Amino acid sequence: MSAVEVTVDEAKCCGAGQCVLIAPEVFDQRDEDGIVVLLAAQPAEQWHPAVREAASVCPAAAIRLTGGS
Amino acid sequence: MAANQQDEPLRYPLPSPGPLTPPAEWPELRQKCPVAPVTLPSGDRATLLTRYADVRLALSDPRLSREGLARPDAARITASESGSVFDSPMARALNAEGHERWRRMVGRWFTAKRMRALIPKIEATADRLVDDMVAHGQPADLVPWLAFPLPVFVICDMLGVPERDRDDFKRWSDAFLSISKYPTDEVRSAQTRFAEYMSGLIEEKRRDPQDDLISELLAATDAEGRPMSDLALAATGQALLLAGHETTAGFITSMTATLLADRTRWERLLNDPSLIRSAVEEVLRHEPHGGFGMLRYVHEDTEVPSGAMLPGGTTVVCSMAAANRDADAFEDAEDMDLGRSPNAHLTFGVGPHSCLGQPLARTEMQTVLGVLLRRLPTLEHAVDPAGLRRLEGQLTTPLVELPVRW
Ligand code: HEM
Ligand code: SF4
Repeated sequence: MSAVEVTVDEAKCCGAGQCVLIAPEVFDQRDEDGIVVLLAAQPAEQWHPAVREAASVCPAAAIRLTGGS
Repeated sequence: MAANQQDEPLRYPLPSPGPLTPPAEWPELRQKCPVAPVTLPSGDRATLLTRYADVRLALSDPRLSREGLARPDAARITASESGSVFDSPMARALNAEGHERWRRMVGRWFTAKRMRALIPKIEATADRLVDDMVAHGQPADLVPWLAFPLPVFVICDMLGVPERDRDDFKRWSDAFLSISKYPTDEVRSAQTRFAEYMSGLIEEKRRDPQDDLISELLAATDAEGRPMSDLALAATGQALLLAGHETTAGFITSMTATLLADRTRWERLLNDPSLIRSAVEEVLRHEPHGGFGMLRYVHEDTEVPSGAMLPGGTTVVCSMAAANRDADAFEDAEDMDLGRSPNAHLTFGVGPHSCLGQPLARTEMQTVLGVLLRRLPTLEHAVDPAGLRRLEGQLTTPLVELPVRW
């Protein structure tokens, strides 16, 4: 299992909070404007499925994954 | 189909064969004519998109815009366009604030954390509404007892409208939504009284700030240190009602109707309430009458993934509901799978204009479904669901009533 690297694009994020609901261990939102905050750029393997789901449902396509299977 | 109908384009919206079934034309449109010429009720020509990838691109690509719909050559939905929710004096007041700026200021109220904190209150409100419905006795119509009042009360809580004023709020919101049902002077008087009420509320929050959106916006400034104007604050209140009331009420109603229409769905949720989250997403994806679709104006020639070129100057209608059943995007797309994951449906749009209230709409639907399963496990249709009626001729087409027993 290779590591998964997560990046977020704050400029694209529209603060829908889907990522936080699906993977609260990996994503949070700034209190001031709801924009995404990345908590873990290389999340533990147990969170990979949730991170993948978050990336695929993010309405702004603001979450990118590299590496992993 | 539309290929040999160049001179006689499809009329849009398409007729629906039943209250819970999608238009029969969808599969053929997606397959053979994903970029279809249509005629809107105004008589104007537009282009209908029904494929997932095309709709996704059209909603989020900067070569297309919602603002462009104000141009004189853009298609109008109806001849007597009174202005859709997103193109009204209110929307213009908000656009004057700067869309991005407004969105960031209001968006802080819709974080996942805020939503989690709202759940107990939404649950208590739903419980109280169910109490009243049960006290009234069965059969009962779920629309006026639960689905319609709940979203208004939730928005009242968010804005910091005291409980004693909620019924006024609900009446005004009903009038705003029923432009065609109420005489115009009644709608206008609701507008005036709403505006007066909002300016009073803003004064009150300025004197005595509480933990609510209006108080927060009064105290807040944007990145450039400017506060929101009182006019924009009042418009924000109305925008949230207009955008968040009928939409959510309609989805609470059709969610209940759809889940009860096939008893095995309801039973599955009773046995495993952990499915509530994915079930709500699937209801949102599967809903065949999610509305008219979103319009966009094409500013420059744009090729869509299905291969066609959208010429600059075109108005496109993005049917998110048709795209949500595209077999290229979803396995067994016509089937309802309560555990479907991931489920990147387009019901809230995508991109920078996608629904600001989606976390709230999701939280409301999940909470209401949980309350119904817990309080009324024996809930069932009181009439044949195939005979349910939709409100036609509107941008959203919610079920008019949903008689249930338990
Ligand atoms: C199930 C219920 C709902 C559905 C299906 C829905 C759907 C949508 C859609 C399709 C859009 C337009 C996206 C676009 O133009 O691309 C939108 C925009 C919007 N919605 Fe919702 N919505 C719902 C509930 C709510 C709620 C509860 C609120 C707030 C209380 C809300 C507030 C808004 C706002 C403010 C916008 C404009 C966003 C912007 O221009 O940036 N919506 N919604
Ligand atoms: S799901 Fe996407 S748009 Fe929403 S908060 Fe997360 S990154 Fe931002």
